[in-house]
Amino acid sequence: MLGLEKKDFRLLLVVIGLTLFAPIILNPFPAGSEMAQFNAGYPDLMQRFVIFGIFAIGFNILFGLTGYLSFGHAAFLGVGSYSAVWMFKLLSMNVLPAIILSVIIAGLFSLLIGFISLRRSGIYFSILTLAFAQMSFALAYSVLTPITGGETGLQLALDDPRILGASQTASGNIPVPSLFGLEMRASYEMAVGAWSFTFNAGYYLAAIILVLAFYLAIRIFRSPFGMMLRAIKSNQTRMSYTGLNARPYTLAAFVISGMYAGLAGGLMASMDPLAGAERMQWTASGEVVLMTILGGAGTLIGPVLGAGMIKYFENIFSKINSQVLHEWFGFLPDGLEDFVVTLIYPFVGKGWHLTLGIVFMLVVIFLPGGLVQGGQKILATLRRKKTDDANPGATKPAE
Amino acid sequence: MDQFILQILNGLDKGSAYALIALGLTLIFGTLGVVNFAHGALFMLGAFCAVTVSKLLSLSHKVVDDTRTDFLGNPMQVDVPYLHDWFGAATGDTIIDWAVPISIIFAIPVMVCIGFIMERGLIKHFYKRPHADQILVTFGLAIVIQEVIKYYYGANPIPTPAPSAFKGSFDFGVLIGFDVNAIIYPYWRLVYFFFSLVVIGAVFAFLQFTTFGMVVRAGMADRETVGLLGIDIDKRFTVMFGIAAAVAGLAGVMYVPINPPNYHMGMDFLVLSFVVVVVGGMGSLPGAVAAGFLLGILESFASTSWAVSNLPGINQVIIYLVAIIILLTRPRGLMGRKGVMEE
Repeated sequence: MLGLEKKDFRLLLVVIGLTLFAPIILNPFPAGSEMAQFNAGYPDLMQRFVIFGIFAIGFNILFGLTGYLSFGHAAFLGVGSYSAVWMFKLLSMNVLPAIILSVIIAGLFSLLIGFISLRRSGIYFSILTLAFAQMSFALAYSVLTPITGGETGLQLALDDPRILGASQTASGNIPVPSLFGLEMRASYEMAVGAWSFTFNAGYYLAAIILVLAFYLAIRIFRSPFGMMLRAIKSNQTRMSYTGLNARPYTLAAFVISGMYAGLAGGLMASMDPLAGAERMQWTASGEVVLMTILGGAGTLIGPVLGAGMIKYFENIFSKINSQVLHEWFGFLPDGLEDFVVTLIYPFVGKGWHLTLGIVFMLVVIFLPGGLVQGGQKILATLRRKKTDDANPGATKPAE
Repeated sequence: MDQFILQILNGLDKGSAYALIALGLTLIFGTLGVVNFAHGALFMLGAFCAVTVSKLLSLSHKVVDDTRTDFLGNPMQVDVPYLHDWFGAATGDTIIDWAVPISIIFAIPVMVCIGFIMERGLIKHFYKRPHADQILVTFGLAIVIQEVIKYYYGANPIPTPAPSAFKGSFDFGVLIGFDVNAIIYPYWRLVYFFFSLVVIGAVFAFLQFTTFGMVVRAGMADRETVGLLGIDIDKRFTVMFGIAAAVAGLAGVMYVPINPPNYHMGMDFLVLSFVVVVVGGMGSLPGAVAAGFLLGILESFASTSWAVSNLPGINQVIIYLVAIIILLTRPRGLMGRKGVMEE
């Protein structure tokens, strides 16, 4: 179906189902109940899930397939955001041209950086991409202020030309991004009993694009081109001995993943039309690395899971404060309650980065294949398959 | 001319920090073959050693001073550091004043211990894993260390002053025959520069003139053969990791008066230090030191108003620009050895 094998098609269907029903799945607790703070089904967060999912899928095409670890991918996301906002300022508030332009600009930018960085491999490649991204970040902050808005970021204004649209709405406000009249922030609230679900236009646009991006990623993974990329990862020397030049393939992978990042950046600007330089900082690049590794580099669904998990933790886990903890453990005797809360408190709320760091380290040490590998292992144990001789000791750290 | 000398001096203190961190990174890379992304965190830990020591030294208890009254008319309570009780007021104050240099004594064993624990507990298991895995796990470790420090010390920078003897600036220009006030340079930065020279010299002397250092150098050149000669090279490399951690820690301790430490200072320095290591040449100790000072000075030249007005933004990007040019023209860096990190 659609040129996919049965297994991949099933995976695609799962992703379609998950994204389609995300507003319902992510809101399992009734509104107003004590557990409602764990609901993730509000538009802003769901948009972030899918946008960072796209970003991580793209990063995975580079890192998961070729093994080239880029530490500067956020630069492409930032460039994508800036170009989308410029499109809103100059052309119209329609998101379609903005997203297309952000993909094109990010692609060109990644072509330039990739052309230079891919002359080196291994850690040199990581440092080169890091250097380029930090350079773009520093320039966006200082010299390029006329283009990027500097520290305040690039924002829409009432006197922007917007050739194909109106500079202002009838009521004198800045118009909002829309898709042929459908506003990105338009939402439909549905109340079912105690539950309330929000269906947001912007989220569904991003979700459709995520599904397309995911489909494209499957096709790339299963194509001869994807095979080539895997060959580069496993043994580049042998590949070049057989007479194949690896550079065009790695460059293509780099540009594709840069375009994915630009797409994510364009979508981000479409949901909220402003762009800031901090999106390009190397911590942002580190974040996408975390997402991909956490979910499982080189797997199809892993990066999306990783992105979802990190964004969920960032927004939900960080809200837990000591008061909430005290409520949870209220059933314990007083002394024990305080003890447990003191023990857990550093890991939640403001300290959620600590949990993230620890989980990330554990994943790198024990599960190099990420959460997907963990899931597969659990499934395999349940099915009582012989995994021992399939990949012996793959998860043990090398002594 | 005086401007020229001033810029060189300005570059020296940052250059010293880069050189010390890059030296530690290269030691770890040259001996263990591990790319340590947590090295910046070690630098930061060193800085917080100084903060801790200075806080410990100024621990005080309240004493009622009958001669003075507070604004309510009650007898005023004064904080008296315990050191005053133990050593008398004058000596106690001097010790508190010299907290930062004193913390060096405290920082060395602490940092060596942290280095040992890191190497034995974590890095050991990553010798044979790909470099990408090493980068990732140490990156995770750096996040954890940062967050622990943030939990205990908060997110704000903690100012910790230099000893009052080194406060203020001195007129360097007069010494070498320039006008008064032509070259003004803070004392502590000069101290930092000489301190880093001493540390770098000590590390090189240790490697060059001791038997232990000779074995380590032999192990860096050919680990397998040294192992075949019946030498437990792993144990020595662990010690080198401890030394590298101590070097980073010392760089952090002495940097405290220049820049109040906060929990992410390590990461800010790490990115640049990696660039320094790559420019100097992966695995080359002299290269790391030379590149550290070179890039520090270049950065300070690029920050002059003349450079910025001619090439806007150059002060922000100079280091990365140099790194890109060096990597593309001399892939091994300035003094890189053949066969290191060349897949």
